[in-house]
Amino acid sequence: MMMLGLGSVGLVLLSLAVQSGHGAQDSAVWSREETTERNYYTRYHNMSEITAWMEQMKRENPDVVSSMVYGQTYERRNITLLKIGLSSTGRKKAIWMDCGIHAREWIAPAFCQYFVREILRTYKTDTKVNEMMKNLDFYITPVLNVDGYIYSWHNESTRLWRKSRSPGTGGCTCYGTDLNRNFYANWGMVGVSTDCCNLFYCGTKALSESEAWAVTDMLGKMREDILAFLTIHSYGQQLLVPYGHPNTSAPNHDELMEVGLGAAKAIKTVHGMDYTVGTSPDILYPFSGSSQDFARLIGIPLSFTFELRDKGEHGFELPEDQIQPTCEEAYAGAQHIITYTHDKAFYSYAATVRATLWTTLLAAWVSSTILL
Amino acid sequence: MGWTLFILLVVLTVVHGNPTMTVRTGSGPTVGFDQHPNSVPLGEDIQTTTEVVEEVMTTGVLNPSHYPARRAATVVQHYLNTRYGSPYRWIFFSTVHSGSSEVGVEVEDQHTLGSVSGQCSAELFFPEGEGQSAPQVQASCEGLHQSNTTAQEEAFYQQHRASNNLVSGNNIPDSYGHVEPSMKPFWQLGGVASSFIMLRESNESTLYNMAQVANFTQLETEKDQLRFNYHVLLHEMISQEIIHWKLLVTWSPEQGVQVLQTELQPKCHHCEAPPNTTN
Repeated sequence: MMMLGLGSVGLVLLSLAVQSGHGAQDSAVWSREETTERNYYTRYHNMSEITAWMEQMKRENPDVVSSMVYGQTYERRNITLLKIGLSSTGRKKAIWMDCGIHAREWIAPAFCQYFVREILRTYKTDTKVNEMMKNLDFYITPVLNVDGYIYSWHNESTRLWRKSRSPGTGGCTCYGTDLNRNFYANWGMVGVSTDCCNLFYCGTKALSESEAWAVTDMLGKMREDILAFLTIHSYGQQLLVPYGHPNTSAPNHDELMEVGLGAAKAIKTVHGMDYTVGTSPDILYPFSGSSQDFARLIGIPLSFTFELRDKGEHGFELPEDQIQPTCEEAYAGAQHIITYTHDKAFYSYAATVRATLWTTLLAAWVSSTILL
Repeated sequence: MGWTLFILLVVLTVVHGNPTMTVRTGSGPTVGFDQHPNSVPLGEDIQTTTEVVEEVMTTGVLNPSHYPARRAATVVQHYLNTRYGSPYRWIFFSTVHSGSSEVGVEVEDQHTLGSVSGQCSAELFFPEGEGQSAPQVQASCEGLHQSNTTAQEEAFYQQHRASNNLVSGNNIPDSYGHVEPSMKPFWQLGGVASSFIMLRESNESTLYNMAQVANFTQLETEKDQLRFNYHVLLHEMISQEIIHWKLLVTWSPEQGVQVLQTELQPKCHHCEAPPNTTN
């Protein structure tokens, strides 16, 4: 129908509501500037704006977008994903993407929003995106560490918060566990700290954090269907492949590197930016307990961590005028991985079906010939 | 005590205060180094695209995309900023082309990427063993040719040397990454001043960037040097820590950036309480 028209009308209404004071309490942040759809995706948005945006995506695209609350944060907030895909009668394969596991990496939720908008904007006209929407469901969590993200919006002194917001235990008075050290993947072995004040505090035990548990639970339920796992971070301009633990290699390491390098090449064609590809011990630092490692360990074949712009000039505080180019290049990289994943699953499958069919026909012909 | 040598070929991008400005050269002497500031040869902008040819000894080739090369390149970046940085020149590494951990590596050929990039080859020593010791760097760069920074720096200097209108600012960049145009030179000066600390504190297990200028205050001009108190936040990637430092910084076009005092600020654990609780 008139999806795009409804979209822009919906946004105009939203902005008018904001300007007349009916909007959410902290929506003044983006009502101060332009309110057109194009400019929405060139700004950072706080959690209530992102929540409202998720509702809007569902409202405007009811045939292809639904949402799912799949967990709770420490402070009892919902952890919500958008499930995006053309509906089908059978069980579908899936792509998982989560953003904002580390609170201060604001460009990551911005990218999740951009990604959702892009596939919704193009699936009707782009045959490849349409095919992927038909064959796959995208499970996208715009903000995983909701408590941390909200805290990082509180004021300038909290902007650079990283971890969750669960309190320390056993006499340790600092807050937060590094969610990306809390997964059941060589938990607590390397690149972590047992000091709750440390930025790499891995928690009292694996999955001590409800946020990590929520992801683990979902991945566990869907593990046979998920073809690729993408987790989005900043900064550094890198694509990390499993494992974070040194001296262990994923069984399909060569494939992961090949696909990663292809994604980096796709990224570079957009705006010329270099993204380095490799395992974390090789190109960054060793660490265990990551969501990426967990995904690979339970059998999801393609598992990538994106570290988006920049390389340190602005770091976590990437200027808003870089949101669009960063998202454009990251989208190209993600699409490279997703297209590879999709084609491997569906064209190989089709090839297998054809081969099976011909074998069956040949056997039938041979047996019928013999009978004659 | 052992030494680890890195030889790097890096491509650096100069970030400048004025988007129309092209690449420029360094200025005055800096604290802690007795090399003459102009000892680094700076040639013309080369537009060739010849391939990088590398001959290495049999052991110890550094993979340019691996972390040792990246950390070393960042140290070289800090070094270059201490020598050549100014409110209108802040240097960032963009790519490492080749490197080796062994002495005797030859790295031939250069190609530049444009008018704001230059290519540098550098030797870097990380002293090993007990005690803190800053890395030692030697670098030579091409493509960072002479340019018109002098005019902008001079104008900035003249504008601010009279003490009747002392400037200050905070949260640069702000939470949205925004830097007011008028604050940009002070932000860059903060970055260059931070480079002195980042260079001094660097070792093979660190990767420093300046995350933010928390605040700066201009003090009275003294001995023809602009003077500032800076409070900066450094991000150390390998520990992911945000480290607070206070600096006393001076600058003039002739003397360059100097850091007279540095003071590490203690980590504020009690600041981590949720907003609705009292300390």
